[in-house]
Amino acid sequence: MADRAVLTVAQLTEQLRGVVEERFPAVWVEGEISNFRLYGSGHAYFTLKDDSAQLRTVLFRNRMRRLRFEPGDGQHVLAFGSLEIYAQRGEYQFVVELLEPRGLGALQLAFEQLKARLGAEGLFAESRKRPLPRFPRRIGIVTSPSGAAVRDILRIIGRRFAGLSIVLAPARVQGDGAAREIADGIADLNALGGVDVIIVGRGGGSLEDLWAFNEEPVARAIAGSKIPVISAVGHEVDVTIADFVADVRAPTPSAAAELVVREKQALVEGLADLRGRLERAMRRRVEHARQHSASLTGRRVLSDPARPLRDLERRVDDAVRRLRHAATATLRRATHRVDVATAGLRGGSPFARLAAGRHRLERVDTRLAGEMTRSLVRAQHRVGALVGRLDSLSPLAVLGRGYSLTRTPGGDIVRDAAGVTPGDAVQVLLARGRLECRVERTKEHDDRPQI
Amino acid sequence: MTDLKFEDCLSRLEQIVGQLEAGNLSLEESLKVFEEGIGLARHCAKYLADAERRIEILAKDDTGALTQKPFAWEPDEES
Repeated sequence: MADRAVLTVAQLTEQLRGVVEERFPAVWVEGEISNFRLYGSGHAYFTLKDDSAQLRTVLFRNRMRRLRFEPGDGQHVLAFGSLEIYAQRGEYQFVVELLEPRGLGALQLAFEQLKARLGAEGLFAESRKRPLPRFPRRIGIVTSPSGAAVRDILRIIGRRFAGLSIVLAPARVQGDGAAREIADGIADLNALGGVDVIIVGRGGGSLEDLWAFNEEPVARAIAGSKIPVISAVGHEVDVTIADFVADVRAPTPSAAAELVVREKQALVEGLADLRGRLERAMRRRVEHARQHSASLTGRRVLSDPARPLRDLERRVDDAVRRLRHAATATLRRATHRVDVATAGLRGGSPFARLAAGRHRLERVDTRLAGEMTRSLVRAQHRVGALVGRLDSLSPLAVLGRGYSLTRTPGGDIVRDAAGVTPGDAVQVLLARGRLECRVERTKEHDDRPQI
Repeated sequence: MTDLKFEDCLSRLEQIVGQLEAGNLSLEESLKVFEEGIGLARHCAKYLADAERRIEILAKDDTGALTQKPFAWEPDEES
């Protein structure tokens, strides 16, 4: 009994620890994750297993953070780490330093996972996409100040349009912390104000080089930007999460720059086109008016606006004269008949003849009155018709639309400012009434656009 | 002038051109909208030409406030 070597549990465990930890300081193990648990502490515990064995495994928080994918049950992984004895519980544990998925590359898996998650959140929805401003005046760029992307963008924008202002938010575009800097750059440009569109990107590189653009902070920053964002990462074949979230994906930084200035180019051309159309339309309108006015002038109604009025007066005078003439003639005929009747009267019974004569005289009087009334009515009808016809031709109708006629005291129409001198009296005929005016100043050319 | 106002000017100009081209305005109205249109076109063109060319780089001062400094950049020789 005495020479039996007896160890305490602690001693045995301590010896085991020495053997195990020395024998397996660093080992690669392949297996499937099960019972994955992430604790509030940030450490993750799970079991690595295969068909016939299980291995308790821990992934401490500081290692967890370095993973580019999210581990989970059922994933087939390759783990690198060391074995440790956990004395308190009499367990051995595999402490993982590196974990990567078998099959799919770790990056690829991370990409697919983030894409699925953000996609499910609706961050890639077409309805979120904003149009680029038609003419950005200030362009924000988030990229490395020393990279190829900024040179490409500045060269293209600079060559096409000098009149664009550019503000660069410098950010490292690869390595640890790059994603954060890119996200901050987007936020800074938003905070700065006055930026119309943001280009986020970098030149080509390996999947690892471009990785920052597949990270969540960048995706969130793009989604949260109030300013439309163009993603421009690597080459045509490189597709990143940033591309899915951005309002517009440009295949390369150069293409992003082209996109921005092409919009402006289209705008400049569009404006020139509008101006041309404006002038052509106005020229046509004026030509139309000129022809119209020429045809009116041909009718003389505009060349001498007083003429229709004089005509009217003449026709009225004429009518009145004929009316008077007709009345006089009727009166003369009536007087003749009275004379005849009076003569006849003298030859017959004084009383009977007198009565008959008086009767006839009364009839004549009645006829005379009727005749005069009819003549007057006829004349009035004719005058009315004349006035109606005149009205359609009259300059008064033109005046009614807001035009006015300016005449000298002599009655000449003033068409040219050079025709009068300051101090001259002029008469301005309006639709209703007239103005007696005196010329203060003449300008032979005014500010109307040349047409 | 903000970008939005520029867009407003442009759409008003488009509207005016449309009205004039339709040709059913009186001569007086035509002249009025034409003058407005020419004014708008000048304004838009000025706006397009106006932007100052500046290339700046953002920096943060000690308090974390954003500042802008000119960004030195030599264009490549055009081949």
